[in-house]
Amino acid sequence: MAIDTDTARRVAHLARIHVEEERLPALAEELSAVLAFMEQLSQVDTDGVEPMTSVTPMNLKRRADVITDGDRQEDILANAPDAREGFFAVPKVVE
Amino acid sequence: MTMALNTLTIADARAKLAAKEVTSRELTQACLDAIEGASALNAVVTVTAERALDMADAADARIAGGDATAMTGIPLGVKDLFCVEGVRSQAASKILDGFTPPYESTVTANLWSSGAVMLGKLNMDEFGMGSATEYSVYGPTVSPWRAQGSDAKLTAGGSSGGSAAAVAADLCLAATGTDTGGSIRQPAAFTGTVGLRPTYGRCSRWGVIAYASSLDQAGPMTKTVRDAAIMLGAMAGHDEKDSTSADIPVPDFEAALTGDIRGKKIGIPREYRVDGLSDTIAKQWDEGAAMLRDAGAQVVDISLPHTQYALPTYYVIAPAEASSNLSRYDGVRYGHRAKLSAGDGITEMYEKTRAEGFGTEVQRRVMLGAYVLSAGFYDAYYRKAQRVRTLIKRDFETAFADGIDAILTPTTPSRAFALGAAAEMSPVEMYLNDVFTVTLNLAGLPGISVPSGLSADGLPLGLQLIGKPWEEGDLLNTAFALEKAAKFETKAARWW
Repeated sequence: MAIDTDTARRVAHLARIHVEEERLPALAEELSAVLAFMEQLSQVDTDGVEPMTSVTPMNLKRRADVITDGDRQEDILANAPDAREGFFAVPKVVE
Repeated sequence: MTMALNTLTIADARAKLAAKEVTSRELTQACLDAIEGASALNAVVTVTAERALDMADAADARIAGGDATAMTGIPLGVKDLFCVEGVRSQAASKILDGFTPPYESTVTANLWSSGAVMLGKLNMDEFGMGSATEYSVYGPTVSPWRAQGSDAKLTAGGSSGGSAAAVAADLCLAATGTDTGGSIRQPAAFTGTVGLRPTYGRCSRWGVIAYASSLDQAGPMTKTVRDAAIMLGAMAGHDEKDSTSADIPVPDFEAALTGDIRGKKIGIPREYRVDGLSDTIAKQWDEGAAMLRDAGAQVVDISLPHTQYALPTYYVIAPAEASSNLSRYDGVRYGHRAKLSAGDGITEMYEKTRAEGFGTEVQRRVMLGAYVLSAGFYDAYYRKAQRVRTLIKRDFETAFADGIDAILTPTTPSRAFALGAAAEMSPVEMYLNDVFTVTLNLAGLPGISVPSGLSADGLPLGLQLIGKPWEEGDLLNTAFALEKAAKFETKAARWW
């Protein structure tokens, strides 16, 4: 399935990556080429085959519902590009 | 001291440390000196010299106190994908610019508690996405190898190209790598080193910056098979912080290295004889099979019928998981944030930050992933790929159920290519590099690349052995037999 410029614009927005308008046709072409490669999968008969959801057949373990870590506000904020008064700072979200 | 200590294997260094012939400080200093003289390779991106010497002194004290493990005092390099507390760890990405983790990955924590010494961080493709270590914010890694009569720069492979180059050039005794589609084994093959990808779940993924969580696995990159066995033992183990890490005992992998493979059944999958396989590689493969036969193994032809669908399956699943994993890079909690214009809101902040912070290949895969997971396409691409993945895994299960102990294939379809060649290739051409390695990631199996010989122009080639889940000991033993027979001893001639 080929991707057109509009779809490329939509995918870029879904991925929250800004792409300049003039780059979109080239991006659409690149994505289309990779998707064409993926099309081979339609040749495989997968009727009745379960999708693989676990690499190794193991049950996920349960853990005790107890606090094992915390009280590390300084560590958590240490790498933030903009942290103020114990919070992450971002542009205004609600008007 | 005239002997170059940085050229030692882990096993030899361990013996010399135990015999008090050398100290960890001397070993570590030799590696630091080698790193300083190897900036042309661009393999080491952050050097932690002071920490290394402190750790070496602590290791020497531990050895003197009679409390040493097999890894105590051994200087290592760490792929930039591993978080190391207090050391810049940014997955070779601009989006994690300056990120300094306040925590330690479980694998590196295991290594440090065994007494290993941290030399620094190693170059890689951004987030592990690439096969040439060219997609890096630090610039490309240059292989220590050159073709005969040529001074053209070659790739050390990727994504663990910095690790492979550092081990091949004796900048460290060994290094950590990670392997999502071949990122340990392909660079090992290109540099004449050994690279082991363990069974999925053998090593904890906690603190390893995620690419595709159902495929990612850390492993050792070393000079010999014995070193891979020693180092895996120190990296592996159950970890409560990774729910997919296996709660099973870690055996003594080194003890499995008897070299006796009599009666073992080695499968040669006919589907791996792909179009365009170079004659040299085909010949290496046949010779490798003959070596194992001479060592007493039974070599049989097998079929893994869904092999050709592994690459398209991988390039649906890996980008899908990547688009989800990399959604955390939003310019809020760590790393790079774009400069915003007046009136920009939070969506513009995300979109500009991610456009500036991610390189081209990462952007491509994140967008592909978003597409294959999007409404209307999820069933056609993602679910379909997960079904084919079941069939690929079943191919291996059938082979093992038929009595096959290990599978022998080439590691790569060609020798190392020129640096810059990746830019000339289409994404799909680039992805073909993973054709022999990616299958076992999809099936969660262990695999190892062992140097097997040289191309006509003097560059290293590798053979891959694929083993049964959790049977790394047996796999390493077969690799050990292959290594002994292949007698690969050539080192890159120093030009840097």
